[in-house]
Amino acid sequence: MSTTTTDLQDEIDTHASHDDHHHGPEKGLMRWVKTTNHKDIGTLYIWFAFTMLLIGGAMAMYIRAELFQPGMQFFDPQFFNQMTTLHGLIMVFGAIMPAFVGLANWQIPLMIGAKDMALPRMNNWSFWILPFAGAMLLSTLFMEGGAPAFGWTFYAPLSTTFAPDSTDFFIFAIHMLGFSSIMGAINVIATIMNMRAPDMKLMDMPLFVWTWFITAFLLIAAMPVLAGAVTMMLTDRNFGTSFFDAAGGGDPVMFQHIFWFFGHPEVYIMILPAFGIVSQIIPTFARKPLFGYSSMVYATASIALLSFVVWGHHMFLAGMPIGGQLYFMYATILISVPTGVKVFNWITTMWRGSMSFETPMLWAVAFVILFTIGGFSGLMLGIAPADIQYQDTYFVVAHFHYVLVTGALFSIIAAVFYWLPKWCGRMYNEKLAKVHFWWAVISVNVLFFPQHFLGLAGMPRRIPDYSLQFADFNMISSIGGFAFGASFILLTYIIVDCIRNGKPVNGRVWESAKGLEWSVDSPAPYHTFDTPPTRKQILEETSHIGH
Amino acid sequence: MSESDRPQPSRQPISKSFWIKLVLVPIGMFAFAFALVPLYDTFCDITGLNGRTNSNVYDGKIIGIVDKSRTITIDFLSATSPGFPVKFYPMTKRMDITPGKIYTINYYAENRSDQVIIGQAVPSVAPGEAASHLKKLECFCFNNQEFKPKVPVEMPVRFFVDSNLNKDITNITLSYNFIKVKNTNKVDKAKAGLTGL
Repeated sequence: MSTTTTDLQDEIDTHASHDDHHHGPEKGLMRWVKTTNHKDIGTLYIWFAFTMLLIGGAMAMYIRAELFQPGMQFFDPQFFNQMTTLHGLIMVFGAIMPAFVGLANWQIPLMIGAKDMALPRMNNWSFWILPFAGAMLLSTLFMEGGAPAFGWTFYAPLSTTFAPDSTDFFIFAIHMLGFSSIMGAINVIATIMNMRAPDMKLMDMPLFVWTWFITAFLLIAAMPVLAGAVTMMLTDRNFGTSFFDAAGGGDPVMFQHIFWFFGHPEVYIMILPAFGIVSQIIPTFARKPLFGYSSMVYATASIALLSFVVWGHHMFLAGMPIGGQLYFMYATILISVPTGVKVFNWITTMWRGSMSFETPMLWAVAFVILFTIGGFSGLMLGIAPADIQYQDTYFVVAHFHYVLVTGALFSIIAAVFYWLPKWCGRMYNEKLAKVHFWWAVISVNVLFFPQHFLGLAGMPRRIPDYSLQFADFNMISSIGGFAFGASFILLTYIIVDCIRNGKPVNGRVWESAKGLEWSVDSPAPYHTFDTPPTRKQILEETSHIGH
Repeated sequence: MSESDRPQPSRQPISKSFWIKLVLVPIGMFAFAFALVPLYDTFCDITGLNGRTNSNVYDGKIIGIVDKSRTITIDFLSATSPGFPVKFYPMTKRMDITPGKIYTINYYAENRSDQVIIGQAVPSVAPGEAASHLKKLECFCFNNQEFKPKVPVEMPVRFFVDSNLNKDITNITLSYNFIKVKNTNKVDKAKAGLTGL
């Protein structure tokens, strides 16, 4: 009996020492396939997102090249439409969303003092679905009849009756991407609820964790609706149902309702984590605690709730009675109240702070300014009578690129510069990073700002050719586009250079940074927080409480 | 060996009901997407949104009030869905009417194929607000229509616009889109699906 106990004890001991921090990651390629470590999976997500960003960006270069001059230059219109469709889908589902999930994987356990994500194996699964889904989506380009060409919103009946055969592959790709996001979101919720350091209360959590927590709820509520929409498309196309076919008693306008019931929460899924990132970075470099922490939390929650009841503002011209237009208009504009709370809180955090402008701060400040421009054009679009003029023009394109590129993407770049030294233990080249910032921030405005004017003048979106009066602004926009695209070559160099040759940094990379992630070494050890942080530690590292 | 096998001191117990809830939310929302289909139909029927008009005979009392102070222009449109080889058009394209009075117009249809075609007309009214005020006493859209090959038919629509219609509306468009009933054996079923359109 006693021998057995000793054996068992030995077993547990070797077991623990085998798997725990005494032992590093597995060697070789299988490390990445089999890993259940949140840091490895975070890294995989971020590299995947970066790859997709470059692919989607290359498609944007095609689009801007075709639009450089009026007339058809390089591609036939069908291929142009495939490019706009895939560019949108890849950027939304392949780049922005996985990048945020990657950041969540890396940062959330570190920021709440947890060892790992709550469901490590599911975490592995939800990542490894992505490359296959992405490959399936891209493979449609090489199929007979070409890739889907109906725009990323895939309105029926364009996507049902009149779509190429490859659409079924697109549908399965969306299903898989949805599965991946839902599993990722369940993991985030379970991690925050159950793995948080026992002494960390909900209102002690850093804002990045809070915004992701709320985003995860949006994901598990909205993504299944998208899955439902594409399932209906699938059965309409292949199994004789008529959800969106008037000939069988269905209604194509219903597709738009279902799609945007998902689609509007989706846009907040892509911006709430960005709010969290900026709320981490600005206090660090303003050297002041975040202004209005609890109002930030409540504002995020109200934005999330409101996002489910405003989908109709995408459909003002789809045939909507005046009462519906009024309701959706007022509800939409109501969202500017919690969003305004956030913007003013960031500005007040900076007010009279001892600000310094390291690269992450530059990106964060650019985010606040440029995202606000995107928010304002969103308000203009939300006004139902004005939307009659703006609907489906380049004004809409300018609006959502301001919120998604200079909003979501800028926040991701800010986060990468902010946390990269923590991840790899090395500092990037600050001078080059600043050159890159100014290059990108100027070119992105040259790229997207003229599109406002084009839209107000009436240039429709998703069109490969245009009349002559739009030529000048399109050329300016294309030049900005090529410059912005080229800036990512420099970004790639800066990141690779940092990982390979960067100067080693200590645990607290930024002297004024607060947060549990800075209390561990740089690079962050493979296993962290085997013992949860104490209450004292947590309070010391809480960035929103002044000392 | 995965991390979940290791002893986890910092982990709080996860209750079973919590897991069930987390998994039920996505499943429930997936079902909700499908529930939106009947919800949408019901909502449009009740409110007359989306230009839907009642395909059933107007069985209420005929509103006797004739509002001679104004006239409303009605445009009649027609359309056929792809794969519906029937020539179909309104014999009156446009007329001025007085609210409260009953009018009759005819639609012309001729099957140009060699087979019997069964079709169903789907009405739509613009602006949507007017849909509930345009009442039909007789319409080919109430039932499936059978078109014999090469036989021309005239199909009447008897209707009135009730005088409660908002005075701001001076133009109404009534359009019919003919669609093929997919399977002639299932005519009744298809018809059941279409009532209320």
